[in-house]
Amino acid sequence: MYSFDVEKPTSIAEAVAALGSDDEAQALGGGQTLIPTLKQRLASPSKLVSLSGIAEMQGISADGSVVSIGGATPHGVVASEVAQSYPALAALAGNIGDPAVRNRGTIGGSLANNDPAACYPAAALASGATIVTNAREIAADDYFDGLFTTALEEGEIVTQVRLPVPEAANYQKFVQPASRFALVGVFVAKFADGVRVAVTGASEEGVFRWAEAEAALSGNFSADALEGLTVAADGMMADIHGSKAYRAHLIAVLTKRAVAAAA
Amino acid sequence: MPKDSGIGASPKRREDVRFLTGTGNYTDDINLNGQAYVHFLRSDMAHARINSIDTAAASAMPGVVRIFTGADFEGVGGIPCGWQITDKHGEAMQEPAHPVLAQGKARYVGDAIAAVVADTAEQARDAAEAIELDMEELPAVIDMKAAVQEGATKVHDDLTSNLCYDWGFVEENKPAVEEAFANAAHVTTLELVNNRLIANPMEPRVAVGDFNRATGDSTLYTTSQNPHVIRLLMGAFVLGIPEHKLRVIAPDVGGGFGTKIFHYAEEAFCTFAAKALNRAVKWTSSRSEAFISDAHGRDHVSTIQLALDADNNFTALRTDTYANMGAYLSTFAPSVPTWLHGTLMAGNYKTPLIYVNVKAVFTNTVPVDAYRGAGRPEATYQLERVIDKAARELGVDPIALRRQNFITEFPYATPVAVEYDTGDYNATMDKLEEIADFAGFDARRAASEAKGKVRGLGVNCYIEACGIAPSNLVGQLGARAGLYESATVRVNATGGLVVMTGSHSHGQGHETSFPQVIAEMIGIDESMVEIVHGDTANTPMGMGTYGSRSLAVGGSAMVRATEKIITKAKKIAAHILEASDADIELKDGQFSVAGTDKSLAWGDVTLAAYVPHNYPLEDIEPGLEETAFYDPANFTYPSGAYACEVELDPETGKVSIERFAAADDFGNVVNPMIVEGQVHGGIGQGIGQALLEGAVYNEDGQLLSASYMDYAMPRADDLPFYQVDHSCQTPCTHNPLGVKGCGEAGAIGSPPAVVNAVVDALQSMGKDVTHVDMPLSPARVWSAMNE
Repeated sequence: MYSFDVEKPTSIAEAVAALGSDDEAQALGGGQTLIPTLKQRLASPSKLVSLSGIAEMQGISADGSVVSIGGATPHGVVASEVAQSYPALAALAGNIGDPAVRNRGTIGGSLANNDPAACYPAAALASGATIVTNAREIAADDYFDGLFTTALEEGEIVTQVRLPVPEAANYQKFVQPASRFALVGVFVAKFADGVRVAVTGASEEGVFRWAEAEAALSGNFSADALEGLTVAADGMMADIHGSKAYRAHLIAVLTKRAVAAAA
Repeated sequence: MPKDSGIGASPKRREDVRFLTGTGNYTDDINLNGQAYVHFLRSDMAHARINSIDTAAASAMPGVVRIFTGADFEGVGGIPCGWQITDKHGEAMQEPAHPVLAQGKARYVGDAIAAVVADTAEQARDAAEAIELDMEELPAVIDMKAAVQEGATKVHDDLTSNLCYDWGFVEENKPAVEEAFANAAHVTTLELVNNRLIANPMEPRVAVGDFNRATGDSTLYTTSQNPHVIRLLMGAFVLGIPEHKLRVIAPDVGGGFGTKIFHYAEEAFCTFAAKALNRAVKWTSSRSEAFISDAHGRDHVSTIQLALDADNNFTALRTDTYANMGAYLSTFAPSVPTWLHGTLMAGNYKTPLIYVNVKAVFTNTVPVDAYRGAGRPEATYQLERVIDKAARELGVDPIALRRQNFITEFPYATPVAVEYDTGDYNATMDKLEEIADFAGFDARRAASEAKGKVRGLGVNCYIEACGIAPSNLVGQLGARAGLYESATVRVNATGGLVVMTGSHSHGQGHETSFPQVIAEMIGIDESMVEIVHGDTANTPMGMGTYGSRSLAVGGSAMVRATEKIITKAKKIAAHILEASDADIELKDGQFSVAGTDKSLAWGDVTLAAYVPHNYPLEDIEPGLEETAFYDPANFTYPSGAYACEVELDPETGKVSIERFAAADDFGNVVNPMIVEGQVHGGIGQGIGQALLEGAVYNEDGQLLSASYMDYAMPRADDLPFYQVDHSCQTPCTHNPLGVKGCGEAGAIGSPPAVVNAVVDALQSMGKDVTHVDMPLSPARVWSAMNE
């Protein structure tokens, strides 16, 4: 990697100041994407501002209807601490990467990076989460903006994620055999006012909501309601692990499985 | 009751203490005073003309010692190829120059164009980025069949084409084979790909070159399976350093799988640069670099045809294979698709007529060479897949079809030039049927169905040829080296032994299993025997470890040397005991005179050898140290039968391995625990090839699977528990231990079992699928289901 400076602030305000003082500075969450990128010399920030020492960005609280997770909370903590309050989310977090990844990688880092094959974006979008930053609150529907792109401004930090807890939910991840990221992942969340279905891993536009499935499931929350519904292969990603048609097919299969598991 | 020591016992591996506690000594652990670091600037284009390399700015960067380019190696030999193939017209193969650093053109993504030596590794890398390259991109030659078309772009401008050789085997058999096909009652044809693999040993390659100006001696520390071979090839052919001035040390090596057999340019560079700079030079490959610089494996495209008569007897076999050589000939590359592949096409069957054609092709890809099994997996895969397809076409049981055609009398001379000494293929198949519980398959299939899954069963046999030799034969076949092995056994005065072996252990457990043999021969405790390997300065010239040859060839050399020791020790004992040599018996570490109660302990005799006060000095020399070189009379032929049960998700195409059974015949077994471990590892790699692994190039020659994000290595949860058995033992007839070798069997025998099982599952769903190419990823299986 290229050389860089490191700062480890202890408050959000200090972190924002550190990022604001240097155009080339970059926030460092758990580093599970950024550190390998640096090792490959594919990025050359002048300064890394580590968010892991900020106490106010750690930890989880649940009030029954909403789970609030500090932006710097590692996946492993989410996996264990929301097991009661939001089991589908706990299962998702507990199946990201391997134990080392889950002990370092953070929910804020994952959402800020918005990898098109990451799991957390599906949970956030399907839950109708609110992404809280140092500056504002952003609805998940307004937050994800295509591959590796979000509504975040330069220097803006995800400080907390608030996820409304659905009545029923399930995440189905079909892993890419090498990376074990989601080749396709589908998160289904049933709320009193309707069903939300978010799909990761599949689209050229990144995580998205499958509107037809949501409409069908909002009237009848059962796998049968999805019978005959398909996703167009156009606009899906294709690579050595799966064609557009295969990804489109998997979305339908996994959505049914998620509904069956949640219902 | 199982033995607790000697041959047949399973003592825990003594080397694991250091491997598991972080106290091994790997090449990257070696740091020499004042060492510099080299970073190789590698081509990011698959095929490009190098117009100019401007190193001026880079040379002025902090810490830079010197930047080398291809021009610095114009007076230096190229990387040699260790095997010459004669084509079907009697002509020698086309053999391109293989410079240490690219000259004129870069020929694959990863081809080293320049080498920056600097005080630190980071400085070397920084400076490499400052080198200004003027490269003109040329069309990339990737597809093998397109590469040999008239007018194709040439990888090597000075060769007549991209065809390395067109090999026919046995060429004289061809007309008879054609006739047999014309007269066949049934012909089964199958086109298949043996997918390109990247070995990915846990330890990446490392080289440290050193030079002593006072003595003029060069030393290379390197991650090698065969340090003497590196010393010979690099010393004699590349750098012109005589062997007595060159020492090659391969210390603890963290896995080889074939890819650490070969002599690589980076080793030659570090040795050359250390002398040029009078300073040690170190290179440690990154994992990313390993993907584009370690020799790849497999990569065959084949069409195989099996002819049968009306009674389902195999009457002839023919196969056409395109074998990828990559951009240059790696050390043993030409031998893999020919002598390690064509000679195995008879398999376990008495097919009387066989013809094998292999076209070896240059492409703008990483060189391809031996990978665990090397040629034998490719042969087995073709044969066992086509037999399975034939059984389906004929509506007969695939096991019965195999049994009907088994070779049952030994020795058996195949029509492809080798003679199997022993084997019992019905015995291993019987054992397989038992341990795989074929009787319970229908119930398991029904249970899978009940949960919406489809179960398939695949069975296959394999035979391999290990302990590659004898030397005079391989010489006729084009090998540019002998394939014997060596051992020096040194007995110390106090009775302990040190065995200096030419074999090299990089995971095989020689430090544990070799002493078991010696302990058994002398009747002493294994702890009295130490194995030394991996350093040309203190081991006799040896050919190293690959091809499951270590115990069969290296172990035999050790046995021969130990026999000499025992013979001499008996003479000493006879002198002291005032008896005749012929009356001395050695048992449980005691020399005794037959028919008397007179005896001497092993330690008394070894002490006498070094304190020869009462000693037959007029007849024998003092000391107790013997060397033997062992050149086998034949290959060894391990064989076996494997079974795989898969469960297929019909909605997603995902395959999971539910059961896997292996019944192997390795001849005699020294350490059953180590043998089982070798089989487990081999099956893991075979399942990896069958389900997960695949090196994929795009048409521009970019490696799409260039990291673990896209190259799927098998993980523990991809693999089932195995039922393995090696109780069927037909000992090898021509080596003193009766052993056959077990290192590659699992990787050879498992891929066809997996694919046969998946095809069985697809067929049981009513799909008209007769073949799916590896790796059987969910996407591929789903596509096959829905075509």
